[in-house]
Amino acid sequence: MIVFDRVSKIYPDSSVALDEVTLSIEPNEFVSIVGPSGAGKTTLLKLFLAEEKPTDGAVYYESANIHTLNRKEIDVFRRKVGMVFQDFRLLLNKTVYENIAFTMEAAGRTDEEIESDVPHVLELVDLTPKIWNFPRELSGGEKQRVAIARALVNEPDIIIADEPTGNLDPANTYDIVQILKKINDLGTTVILATHNKGIIDLLKRRVVAMERGRVVRDDRAGKYFV
Amino acid sequence: MFWTKLKRILRTGFFNFWRDSTVTLASVLVMMVTLLVIGLISFSSAILDTTLTELRNKIDINVTFITSANEEDILDIKHTIESLPEVLLVTYVSRDEALALFKARHSSDQSILSALDELGENPLGAVLNIRARDPSQYASVAEFLESGDVLSSAGLTIIDRINYFQNKVAIDKLTRIIASADRLGFALALFFAIISVLIAFNTIRLTIYLARDEISVMRLVGASTTYIRGPFVVVGIIYGVVAGLLTLLLLLPLTYWLGSTTESFFIGFNIFSYYLRHFLEIAFIVMVSGVFIGALSSALAIRKYLKI
Repeated sequence: MIVFDRVSKIYPDSSVALDEVTLSIEPNEFVSIVGPSGAGKTTLLKLFLAEEKPTDGAVYYESANIHTLNRKEIDVFRRKVGMVFQDFRLLLNKTVYENIAFTMEAAGRTDEEIESDVPHVLELVDLTPKIWNFPRELSGGEKQRVAIARALVNEPDIIIADEPTGNLDPANTYDIVQILKKINDLGTTVILATHNKGIIDLLKRRVVAMERGRVVRDDRAGKYFV
Repeated sequence: MFWTKLKRILRTGFFNFWRDSTVTLASVLVMMVTLLVIGLISFSSAILDTTLTELRNKIDINVTFITSANEEDILDIKHTIESLPEVLLVTYVSRDEALALFKARHSSDQSILSALDELGENPLGAVLNIRARDPSQYASVAEFLESGDVLSSAGLTIIDRINYFQNKVAIDKLTRIIASADRLGFALALFFAIISVLIAFNTIRLTIYLARDEISVMRLVGASTTYIRGPFVVVGIIYGVVAGLLTLLLLLPLTYWLGSTTESFFIGFNIFSYYLRHFLEIAFIVMVSGVFIGALSSALAIRKYLKI
């Protein structure tokens, strides 16, 4: 269970990114966070990953306050979270195989596990033929599927996707959403930040709408209104 | 797990070195310049040392005795001088040897030789050539010779002249020049070494700056600090080793080319033969500097990006 408890984030230039946000997400939920650019979606995700500290309030994961964890505990916590970004953020001088293997190595998995799991997860996202390619040799949709494979491979409790379809065409967008849905069906919590109306209407899952750093609507089987 | 981790860090480091070919080329070249400077500094200190030693050896005192002086008395004085702690070497040149040397020196000047013949007897006195351990000690040696302690068995002064007092100004000047050349050489070497190390450090910092996004991704997938930093340090070490080997190789033709020039310019110091004779020492200095600069620069430069 994830809980944001009256979380505020004010940047040094006194712009308010989050204003007393309170939100809880149950295990195995699929939550879409929607809102215009600058609404605070990305800041919310960054706070959850301990990339940034809140100015006020606290973020809990399974009753642990994320911002009181030490370096080692943060590393262990992040291994339970898979991340997908709009700009893919693959390691450019590593092949598809190595990109995914790196995440497993970081989590301390054995060579045998890596050798058997990487091809398996690539099969899941339908990228087996590209296993030895470098990211520069892939299309946008393929890069995003590598990113999803990387996020999945350690069997995380939560997948966070920040505008994963922002750089993709409609066909690839549809594919990525279907993959995320499938992941959620298999029991993983998915948090999806987006401003793509089509995706939300397609999903028919919980929608949290944000505007100027505040939650303005929380709808169990929502539609995109903002 | 430790060995698996080490293996993975080494492998990643090697791959990164190999795959980032432009970055690798730039870093290795800059590192080579740094190591070349460090290598040349070790040469320049050797050049300075040899030249200064040669100069020092050229300073000496000649004590000329009167022609009637007894050889035994002179040899007695020689022993006395030899027992002085400041004195390194005393050479005795007898009257006959002095004449032979004089003739040899003026063998092409017929008028001098015929004038000598006309004199009929040897006009030259015997000479003691004295070398001190350090140029600054000649004053005290000369003073000792001036004092009444150096007399013949009959208690008479048999010293004709001591050329120290004629050369005193030149000797003093040379002593001062040697001392300041020593200091200046050290300061210059230190200056260039620091500058070139800073340049290498900055280059490696740039390579890590280029990788900052990747470092943040590694952080976000939960990689530990050692696991992220390790490969960068390995790459830094490889930069150092490759640049070191190339520098040592480059020094071969470079010193060969400079060899004859240095030999005529710095009193018999051939930089090429010095390089060959001291190869292991210089290789050690260059390689250790390379590895040290590479590893430390990487480890320091990456700290900033690990704070996510």
